[in-house]
Amino acid sequence: MEKKIRVLLAKPGLDGHDRGIKVIAAALRDAGMEVIYTGLRQTPPMIVDAAMQEDVDAIGVSILSGAHMTLFPAILDEMKSKGVADMFLFGGGIIPDDDKEELEQLGVAKVFTPGAPTEEVIQFLRRAVAERRRDEQIM
Amino acid sequence: MFDKALLARLKVRLKEWDKTAEKTRGRKSMPRFFTVSGVDIDELYTPDSVVGADQDKYYWEHIGLPGEFPYTRGPHHTMYRTRLWTMRQFAGMGTPRQTNERFHYLLKEGGTGLSTAFDLPTLMGYDSDHSRSLGEVGKCGVAVDTLADMEIIFGGIDLDKVSTSMTINSPASMLLAMYLAVAEKQGVPFDKVRGTLQNDILKEYIAQKEYIFPPLPSIRLITDMMAYCTKHVPQWNTISISGYHIREAGSTAVQELAFTLADGFQYIESAIADGQNVDDFAPRLSFFFNAHSDFFEEIAKYRAARRIYAKRMRDKYGAKDPRSWLLRFHTQTAGCSLTAQQPENNIVRVALQAMSGVLGGTQSLHTNSMDETLALPSEKAVTIALRTQQIIAYESGAANTVDPLAGSYFVEALTDKMEAEAEKIFAEIDDRGGVVECIEQGWLQREIARSAYAHQRELEKKDRVIVGVNDFVAENETIDIPILKIDRNAEVEQVAFCKKIKAERDAEKVKATLNHLREVAAGDGNTFEAILDCSRVYVSVGEMCDVLREVWGEWSESQAAMQVS
Repeated sequence: MEKKIRVLLAKPGLDGHDRGIKVIAAALRDAGMEVIYTGLRQTPPMIVDAAMQEDVDAIGVSILSGAHMTLFPAILDEMKSKGVADMFLFGGGIIPDDDKEELEQLGVAKVFTPGAPTEEVIQFLRRAVAERRRDEQIM
Repeated sequence: MFDKALLARLKVRLKEWDKTAEKTRGRKSMPRFFTVSGVDIDELYTPDSVVGADQDKYYWEHIGLPGEFPYTRGPHHTMYRTRLWTMRQFAGMGTPRQTNERFHYLLKEGGTGLSTAFDLPTLMGYDSDHSRSLGEVGKCGVAVDTLADMEIIFGGIDLDKVSTSMTINSPASMLLAMYLAVAEKQGVPFDKVRGTLQNDILKEYIAQKEYIFPPLPSIRLITDMMAYCTKHVPQWNTISISGYHIREAGSTAVQELAFTLADGFQYIESAIADGQNVDDFAPRLSFFFNAHSDFFEEIAKYRAARRIYAKRMRDKYGAKDPRSWLLRFHTQTAGCSLTAQQPENNIVRVALQAMSGVLGGTQSLHTNSMDETLALPSEKAVTIALRTQQIIAYESGAANTVDPLAGSYFVEALTDKMEAEAEKIFAEIDDRGGVVECIEQGWLQREIARSAYAHQRELEKKDRVIVGVNDFVAENETIDIPILKIDRNAEVEQVAFCKKIKAERDAEKVKATLNHLREVAAGDGNTFEAILDCSRVYVSVGEMCDVLREVWGEWSESQAAMQVS
């Protein structure tokens, strides 16, 4: 049987709005994924350490406070400095289009914005994780 | 309301009517007829839906007259004919100077009250120069570190002429203290200062999650402030007990109603336990509700809220002063109902939601801007939102008469249902040991998360339609409304200003007032007076919170509270 997809979900920064991330957690769980939700006010080092410990395929974060241009890059930097290459970062929140493009160029695998169906997030994760696992086998 | 003969005749006619109606029931315009909260709605409401056996009793216990017990029809006799609701647009951005400019703009455009949004570091009790504040300073509100910032925010605004609402919870005492210190400097006596603090910590644990200290010391901060204001700032509304965030976090309308009122009753019980007289503080309590998209359900919610509150205040808490029985509330349209897709449609959603707040008898109103799912609101979007209220007030005719929907079979039946359902929730909270216990167990948090997920699934199954999101979708949509860009220099500027003030103030006084605060917090004196002394000498929000963190500890959510179901 194929290994289940493991996802770490976290709320970085000071923002406490957790409706979205809890809905995503429930939807991914119901889609058969293993979800670890670390809760609120996680710093980038806390998030990356937890992801390494839990050996996840992906890290998902939700930011509704406007601090996304600081927090996403900080998590990417943390991943780089800890040499994490076998997982990717995705996220969502109130993020203007221009910022979304900039973040995706910086290395965030995908940024979802309000109204995105959970099914879209599920499909994205299945596709992205399958590609990575295939690439790893080839290597 | 209706004589017995008419009701008997109606029952007979309804049977005949039903036979004919049955022929058309094979076709349905929508898969299910239910409110945005998932409450099924009957096909038809008639006098039979609302009137019990004793009509006279029903009328006076359920409806009555405005300005009279049980206040279903409104807290005042003549409502908007005497005074329109306050058009209070929530604003706050970037630096204190930018917020001051926005306030002057809103006052010039006819806004009648100010409402301050603070940034996350301020809400969480961190100064702008704290490492956890990085990237968050001035983002979703204005940054306030010390009295110096409050002096700028309210520069050129006479504090005896405006009423100011401040959306702040954990550090509410610090912000009120700084506001009072500004009034003091302007020469305005405290008894002329008017406004409202949100100061509702319970809903932070439940929904918005901007908490610092554990529940019990947090409640003490609030009761201390209530005691101070009763004596010295009698026109200040000390707590705005808020359902808004509970709803935004995903609750249903009934959960919003019941959880919010339960929080309110908890504050009242705590203040009574503190030795305060209910009639001394209750007239300064107010509420804050959401206006979501289900027009009639929202109106029923507001009407039921007033009735439940009046009954409890009089019958359970023994309040004698009729002003203590009144539930007065602020309304904000539902941010969570707005869509990033076809954002102009949000103007229409906001108008309908605002109308429900007005028909439900709100005392003040914030209308959301169409661009809130995209960014912080632009000036154009904020102006349209304010104009929406003005159109309702001056063009729609909604303000012409008091509680125009009273006597609607549907609205009265729904109001009764709201009350009955809320009573069931109060009983469950009591069985579980009360609000604080429910927070600690994570029960309230899980109930909300479950409702939020159920709602999302209904959307994805298309049981309900959100225009532009899961139906009537525009292909290759491009957004062509202006998007506000927050100046990334605001943070740099604010951090520098915070450091400058800290370097320039009287360090001895800072130390002495902070030490005093520490002693009071560890003992049982009034914390508010100690906080006021700190504020006057430019002690920062973060410094005061740090002292209290030291004494009381910090709160974090349990695993149980993070679960969805």
